Amino acid sequence: MKYDLETFELIGGVILLLAFASTIGAILKVRFKDAATLKVIENLNDRIRAWWIMVGVFGFGLMLGPVGTVALFTFMSFLALREYITLIPSKRGDHRALFWGFFIVTPIQYILVANHWYGLFSIFIPVYVYMLIPIRNVIAGDWQHFLERTARIQWGLMVCVYFVSYAPALLTLKLQNYEGQNAKLLFFFVCVVQMSDVFQYVWGKLCGRHKIAPNISPNKTVEGLFGGILSASFLGMALWWATPFSPWQAFGMSLVITIMGFFGGLTMSAIKRDRGVKDYGNFIAGHGGMLDRIDSLCFAAPVFFHLTRYFFTHS
Amino acid sequence: MIATLIAFITRVFTGAHAKWLGSPPPANKPTVYFANHTSNLDMVLLWAVLPNHIRAKTRPAAARDYWEKNAIRRYLAGSVFKAILIERKKVTRSNNPIVQLVQTLDEQTSIIIFPEGGRSATDEMMPFKSGLFHLATERPNTKFVPVFIQNLNRVMPKGEVLPIPLLCSVVFGSALVLDPAENKAAFLARAREAVINLSKS
Repeated sequence: MKYDLETFELIGGVILLLAFASTIGAILKVRFKDAATLKVIENLNDRIRAWWIMVGVFGFGLMLGPVGTVALFTFMSFLALREYITLIPSKRGDHRALFWGFFIVTPIQYILVANHWYGLFSIFIPVYVYMLIPIRNVIAGDWQHFLERTARIQWGLMVCVYFVSYAPALLTLKLQNYEGQNAKLLFFFVCVVQMSDVFQYVWGKLCGRHKIAPNISPNKTVEGLFGGILSASFLGMALWWATPFSPWQAFGMSLVITIMGFFGGLTMSAIKRDRGVKDYGNFIAGHGGMLDRIDSLCFAAPVFFHLTRYFFTHS
Repeated sequence: MIATLIAFITRVFTGAHAKWLGSPPPANKPTVYFANHTSNLDMVLLWAVLPNHIRAKTRPAAARDYWEKNAIRRYLAGSVFKAILIERKKVTRSNNPIVQLVQTLDEQTSIIIFPEGGRSATDEMMPFKSGLFHLATERPNTKFVPVFIQNLNRVMPKGEVLPIPLLCSVVFGSALVLDPAENKAAFLARAREAVINLSKS
């Protein structure tokens, strides 16, 4: 991977943006005195602080090259899976299958990604692990709620490991006139997907009126959704120079990323609601758990990967 | 040093930290921590999440037959957890566990006990054994802190050897003290109820 001027411009841009956010946060903290507002501002500042750390960790991973990036996403999958399985009821008969999921399936999936083995990493979990889990559970011999138990584990591995692994898999694509620059593509993707969450939050707070999914996620509004999706898509368009896309292609890709991200967040919220919790964990202050942070990334990564692969790789 | 390291590794693997609903007791006042028992790791986890200065002055009560089985367990029980090894099978006047535990309290050291007496195989907690009450009558001013350990039975269920890294939580409730008017059954029921209530928090 090479680090050209554009990479440094992207990194510099993020640092400036965060510095700007931190300054605003500090000013707001001095400006407002009443307890209720201060609580909101404190939460905001917590989030900004967490962003510094997340950006630092992500930047560090990218800097270590493809192996570092894959290792970083392996760790993220591991934490996400752990939060998911903690929340989902399992029985003693699932123990061995879960052990396989954590310590065998997750590392193998990422080793395949690191080795650019597209033919296998794209079917390993949906086909082979899909069969392995029920086989392991059958050997354990507990038939009660067999289908639910098996499906829950399969689902967790798909969302937390398989979907997430498509993000670092972006580094393996061979794109026209873009050799050795894929780190910027990953950066573009993560930036759009995460900023879409931020923009939806901000637009929702500023002018959210009409609830879009009151049963599942009462804080999400139509205004927040459209404002967020459009803002993030224009941001993606503005970053076209760092991607293999033209400006309008970058806009279209961002639109797909943000829409899939929205449905990812909504789906993972439905599971949380069903289990009666607000967050998957408390790993990151102000953000909940790892899975709360990457729920939109999970659903967007495979779609972005395949669109890019289909339309922009040379064979 | 090794104890601090083992406590740290345990906390990382289980993602657990102590959640105090009451205030943590001062380290110089001997306290009895009592908890639900679903896994062999219960004792280790409860011990690991205690703040360092409290952990240094706390000893868990543990079954002698289990912890003296081999050299590693003997080392861990003796040098790391500084467990009070108690007899489960042949209890005589000279090795009465209550005497050992009272002695430990008198040395200004807190203790960890699992009053169900064994690991519950179901989600339901078993009735408490009377030891908790005897401790309370021997040393009436001692504070009894209820503790609920969640999810650890899923990390390593009974009969499994390999743990999976699920998130656990350890909730500490507000301390109970024996009411002089209270009989054995009432105190044990109140103590058990306190742990059950934490499970709902």
